[in-house]
Amino acid sequence: MPVAAASGFEPPTIADFFPDVVLFAGTPFAMNRVMLIRVLVIVLLAIWLWFGTRSLKLVPGRGQVMTEFLLNFVRNNIAIETLGEEDGRRWMPVIMTMFFLTLGMNLTGVVPGLQIAGTAVIGLPLVLAIIAWVLFIYAGFRKLGWTYLKNALFLPGVPWPLYFLLTPLELLSTFIVRPITLTMRLLMNMVSGHLLLALVYAASSFFLFTLLPQGNLFGLIGVGTVAFGIVYLAFELFVAALQAYVFAFLTAIYIQLAVAEEH
Amino acid sequence: MHTAAVVLAESKGNLLIPSIPDLLWGTVSFVVILALFIWRVLPRLNALLDERSRAIAGRIDEAKHAREEAERVLQRYQEQLAEARVEAGRIREQAREDGKRILVELREQAQAEADRVTAQAHQQIEAERQSALVSLRSEVGRLALDLASGVIGEHLADDKNATALVDRFLADLDLDRTGEQDTTRTR
Repeated sequence: MPVAAASGFEPPTIADFFPDVVLFAGTPFAMNRVMLIRVLVIVLLAIWLWFGTRSLKLVPGRGQVMTEFLLNFVRNNIAIETLGEEDGRRWMPVIMTMFFLTLGMNLTGVVPGLQIAGTAVIGLPLVLAIIAWVLFIYAGFRKLGWTYLKNALFLPGVPWPLYFLLTPLELLSTFIVRPITLTMRLLMNMVSGHLLLALVYAASSFFLFTLLPQGNLFGLIGVGTVAFGIVYLAFELFVAALQAYVFAFLTAIYIQLAVAEEH
Repeated sequence: MHTAAVVLAESKGNLLIPSIPDLLWGTVSFVVILALFIWRVLPRLNALLDERSRAIAGRIDEAKHAREEAERVLQRYQEQLAEARVEAGRIREQAREDGKRILVELREQAQAEADRVTAQAHQQIEAERQSALVSLRSEVGRLALDLASGVIGEHLADDKNATALVDRFLADLDLDRTGEQDTTRTR
């Protein structure tokens, strides 16, 4: 972008989400910067999960308290509280994976040097949403058989002519809208987070390092943009955790709705 | 400067259309972390939680046992204390009775001794009285005869009649006195 470079102001573009391929070019596993960030997150997550749980003690030390707090939060407050003890244990691995994978990938959006969330490209959110979709349908059939479809599409206690109206709506909301909203909510939160954060950084850089050295006092606006950037960074941290929670929680809720005997 | 439309048109991808590598790496991410959770993390976590609840249950049991033991000891102690109280009461009662019995015995002994001494004294007094009576009687007889001899100028001491008279007189006197004595005694 020669024009932008000359002016000193490089606003973020959609191209940020599609960087150049750096490894395995031309193969299905072609890696760009975002894919590398994903691999890095997986490696870090794996190291934490492996060593964090390697020798768990009855009386925990500081590190173990932290690890246990996070694991037990998902275990108790998302899985078991939503699904009950038995179903909660059955679907625990998936829900745990949803939460910690999403959390780890979201957090890279605020890590200096990485600056883009692993979930800011549609592939991962879509894969997770499809898995959640397949799982709740499977859970419903596993528990109730074809009764599940009947329950989901034909709400009990409704006069039958209304089914002409309600059944298509139920079909749409349960089996089509759910995976789309799961994907979009996560993806767009991360995309907008990246764009806004990158915009604030670019603006700060432009005001403080291009305008101010030229003696232009408008450069002092940069102080404000830096302050806003710090606040927004904290907000993005919160959003990263919140979106991970929402994704895992909704997955649990969808499974719970599918295995419930009655709506 | 680019407009957004130009940027979108120029960009290498569409935000809403996933590329094959994107999907593949997304799937790999999920599978790796899921496998780690199933293979290691959750078994470890569940083992820890189970062990912890067992430990807590064990400690609760231990505390329960200790409390039961303490209660048993306390009860035994109280029983022993009650037994000791009863025993002490019994001993005290026994001592009191013993004391009473000893006192009664002593009193009886003292009474018997006193009676014996009194009786002895009575006997002695009686014996002395008898001897005094006997000596007094012969003395009085002799005095009477001497007096009579003096009066009639003759020696009557050898006269059997005179002696017999005096004796009879004295015997009468004696009789009267014993009668008086009897009345005073019965009174």
